[in-house]
Amino acid sequence: MTTANQRTHGINLGALQREDKTAPAHELETCIKIENLDLYYSGKQALHGINMEMARKKVTAYIGPSGCGKSTLLRCINRMNDLVDGVTIKGKILLENEDIYDKSVKVADLRRRVGMVFQKPNPFPKSIYENVAYGLRIQGVNDRQLLDEVVEKSLRGAALWDEVKHRLNDNALGMSGGQQQRLVIARAIAIEPEVILLDEPASALDPISTLKIEELINELKDKYTIIIVTHNMQQAARVSDFTAFMYMGELIEFGETSELFTNPTKKQTEDYITGRYG
Amino acid sequence: MIKEWFKSGAPWVWMTAGAVSVNLILVIGLLLLIATRGLGHFWPADLVEYQYHDNEHPETVIIGEEVGESLQPAAQARAAGHEVPDGAEYLLQHLVKTGNRDILGSDFRWIQDQYIVRKSETADLIVIERREWGNFYGRLLAVKDNGATIAEGEAAWGVAQEKLKDALALRNQIDKLQNGEIGAINYNLERLRLKQRALELKNAWNEEYSQQFAAKKQEYQTQYQAAQQKIGDLTLQLKQCSLSVADANQKRILIPLGRVVKLTRPNQMSVLDKAQDYMSNFVRFVTDDPREANTEGGIFPAIFGTVLMVMLMAIVVTPFGVVAAVYLREYAKQGLITRIIRISVNNLAGVPSIVYGVFGLGFFVYIIGGGIDKLFFPEAAPAPVFGTPGLLWASLTLALLTLPVVIVATEEGLSRIPKSIREGSLALGATKAETLWLTVLPMASPAIMTGLILAVARAAGEVAPLMLVGVVKLAPTLPLDGNFPYLHLDRKFMHLGFHIYDVGFQSPNVEAARPLVYATSLLLVLVIVGLNMFAIAIRNNLRERYRALEN
Repeated sequence: MTTANQRTHGINLGALQREDKTAPAHELETCIKIENLDLYYSGKQALHGINMEMARKKVTAYIGPSGCGKSTLLRCINRMNDLVDGVTIKGKILLENEDIYDKSVKVADLRRRVGMVFQKPNPFPKSIYENVAYGLRIQGVNDRQLLDEVVEKSLRGAALWDEVKHRLNDNALGMSGGQQQRLVIARAIAIEPEVILLDEPASALDPISTLKIEELINELKDKYTIIIVTHNMQQAARVSDFTAFMYMGELIEFGETSELFTNPTKKQTEDYITGRYG
Repeated sequence: MIKEWFKSGAPWVWMTAGAVSVNLILVIGLLLLIATRGLGHFWPADLVEYQYHDNEHPETVIIGEEVGESLQPAAQARAAGHEVPDGAEYLLQHLVKTGNRDILGSDFRWIQDQYIVRKSETADLIVIERREWGNFYGRLLAVKDNGATIAEGEAAWGVAQEKLKDALALRNQIDKLQNGEIGAINYNLERLRLKQRALELKNAWNEEYSQQFAAKKQEYQTQYQAAQQKIGDLTLQLKQCSLSVADANQKRILIPLGRVVKLTRPNQMSVLDKAQDYMSNFVRFVTDDPREANTEGGIFPAIFGTVLMVMLMAIVVTPFGVVAAVYLREYAKQGLITRIIRISVNNLAGVPSIVYGVFGLGFFVYIIGGGIDKLFFPEAAPAPVFGTPGLLWASLTLALLTLPVVIVATEEGLSRIPKSIREGSLALGATKAETLWLTVLPMASPAIMTGLILAVARAAGEVAPLMLVGVVKLAPTLPLDGNFPYLHLDRKFMHLGFHIYDVGFQSPNVEAARPLVYATSLLLVLVIVGLNMFAIAIRNNLRERYRALEN
């Protein structure tokens, strides 16, 4: 333990000793599989041959120093990078064994299956209700009763219902940052995706809001496959089952969180989590 | 010391504040000048009676309103044959509105101060505003009904006012019949004629139609005759009463009450009465039709035409501008061609407006309008329907003129929508088009409104292109009335800007026109301010609703 303590510099090891960590490896099913993924920004390579498999209904965290490509990798999974000019992607990402970069895949359909929450809360300038109902309305659902149900369920799912149930018609921009972020999560789960991507969801929030988001992630993983990008290693340790360490566009190490933090196999990983660079 | 002062930035602050002040003073000064000159026109001035005696004429009496005075250089006065005392450099002269154009030949007269023997403001002087020949100034002698005197002397005033009220009511009825019923009948007859011509052109005209149409025509004719009969009766009634009045030099004339608009005794009015009269004058100016080649009466058709045209322009320019901006900003590949297009659009805003007028006349009126006439209105030929300047073409020309403003403002607004909002929408499975419709465009709507505000401000003030594509000095009918299809886009219309030009520079009666020019200018400014306030209110409302993310 003592050596581990030194190595994990500041990481609360207690967080790694969670009960739900003990699922045997053979029960894990692959949800997303990334094969030989290369990504170029206008000819400059940003991701180098990424290979990894992410388990269903588990939380996978991407950690690494700024600019290491972890957000880029995350945005590949729901094809958000398509919006950036000059991006070329090689390799495959399989979602339930289907290549999401296949020509037959409709991006909008993919994004309904793979939801995403961004670093800064980005609620629409509409009412709280309409924010949550947005995804359904796009799908053509206008049945008020159904919408009411889904809105309530999603807000409950995002642990926000009790705070906003009396002001569903207020503008979402009047909420606090933490509430806004949970609203955005509610918005994402309202369309019942299979995967939720979280891009540093708590980096713009205060510690209490961060805690709430982390609790929420723990609850959500019963139903969703979650991938989270974070700068905060303690957060990765607290919320994730698996952790991937990336550096300079390469996947350095990927494994169970408890394993990676206590017993990293690569020198670079060890250096990073003990705070020697990053 | 000075260096320190410069370093502190204080001179910079003074300079910028100074620039703002100069701008403010200019704007306020302009508005004040227009407002005082224009609004003063409606105040009922006191009447003055001058005993006047100059070299050429024996003693005469002049009645009128004193409008202004000026100093005439001595040399000029001498050349005009006036006596000038030795050593005097200037002679004082007064401009008097004498009215009575039918007797005197003109409404205004300059009189020399030195020849005024006596000046008095007697209480019994009256002003009669007439439908023709301008104002009458003089004294009321009697009221006559069918040639018989029914009131005389002091009693005449009260009776005259009562009779005038009846006469105005009658006149109102006649106008309504003329514009409403007779107008509608004429309109229907014309449509009938066009229908017949259309059927004839299609070789479908047959006996059955012939009978049908003849019956309808007969019906309209009967209606027309009935209406004419009514009007004739009313006119007879109207002609019964008249006022016997005397002008300054005791010349008696009869003025039929049907020709009288208003009868006042300004010298007997208290300030409160005058204020009331002032308000009613102003209201009449805003709501009446013009008379006497636009130098008298109101300017309602011009206000109506201006507002209607600007609204049509806004309805046309907004969708076009927004759609173009969306393509340029959201869909077009941002390359050289897009840049060139954008620069061209921006430069369009700098093309002189008369060029748009010429383009509108050549393209819209003659090519498109002519084409429409050929295709859809062959029965009206050779008279053009859309192939002549009109409301639609004026609106379209102005829409073209203001299109760049809307495009630029919309693009600006679109570029300010944070990327995170778009991504948020896309991440929920919305397509790009859905994101645009549901989130981006609503959020950009305040910017679109800003573009529209600028467009409205520019369009309402344009005159030059409109003279070519649809504005006229006097339009017989409003472009909006009770006859199907209610909004007549092919009609010519009046416009405040052109009205100012016409009254100010095309009118034979310069002195009478001057205050009207100011008053009309003031109205134009008010209309533009009103339209802008309306648009700004909408924008602020939208802005509140779509308050963009602060961070």
